[in-house]
Amino acid sequence: MTKVRILYFASLREKVGRQAEEVELPSGVATVAALRSHLRDRGGVYQDAFSENALLRAAVNQDMVQSAAAIKAGDEVAFFPPVTGG
Amino acid sequence: MKVSVQKEDFDLGIEVKAISNDPRIGAVASFIGLVRDVEMTLEHYPGMTERAIANIVEEAKGRWQVMDFTVIHRYGALKPNDQIVLVAVASGHRGDAFAACEFIMDYLKTQAPFWKKEQAAGGARWVEAKASDDQAAERWK
Repeated sequence: MTKVRILYFASLREKVGRQAEEVELPSGVATVAALRSHLRDRGGVYQDAFSENALLRAAVNQDMVQSAAAIKAGDEVAFFPPVTGG
Repeated sequence: MKVSVQKEDFDLGIEVKAISNDPRIGAVASFIGLVRDVEMTLEHYPGMTERAIANIVEEAKGRWQVMDFTVIHRYGALKPNDQIVLVAVASGHRGDAFAACEFIMDYLKTQAPFWKKEQAAGGARWVEAKASDDQAAERWK
């Protein structure tokens, strides 16, 4: 398997216009930060949704992580705005 | 020992009673969060939400005596004055019950994947996270 499953939530889900997708992991993309840049470089709605200024959080396999966290094929990676529950 | 992410409302009396059965329990502290002014929809990340809440409770158990607990968080459409969240902690004494309850609530605000979308007069808008919530969670470190 060479793909990761990416999930989007809340305002980010609305911006990219989908809640999930399978993405082929390019060689060299091994962290959350690198995946985020990769998505931004797709352009279009992704350019804005994943811009440097966008305040986003991430989870890998359902654990909240920092942007330096490692990712690998088969992972479930979620991007979302800071949480507002409670 | 219950974590529930649900659409349905809950009853404080029933939930407190359910975690008060052990005769060694001398204190139950509970917190309920309510919808303030406007209608809203709560979105969450099924699977991760339950996991995040369970992790927060585990952390609390490492710090205080938690003999039983219930955390309920609702999602979906909610109206002003509706109950959103319940945290109830049973312990031997009040100090541990109060502290663990507040800790769980503070961490839930910053770690559990929920997002509120308010139906304001000018249309729907996503609620932005507050720095004060991060600070509330930080003080436990």
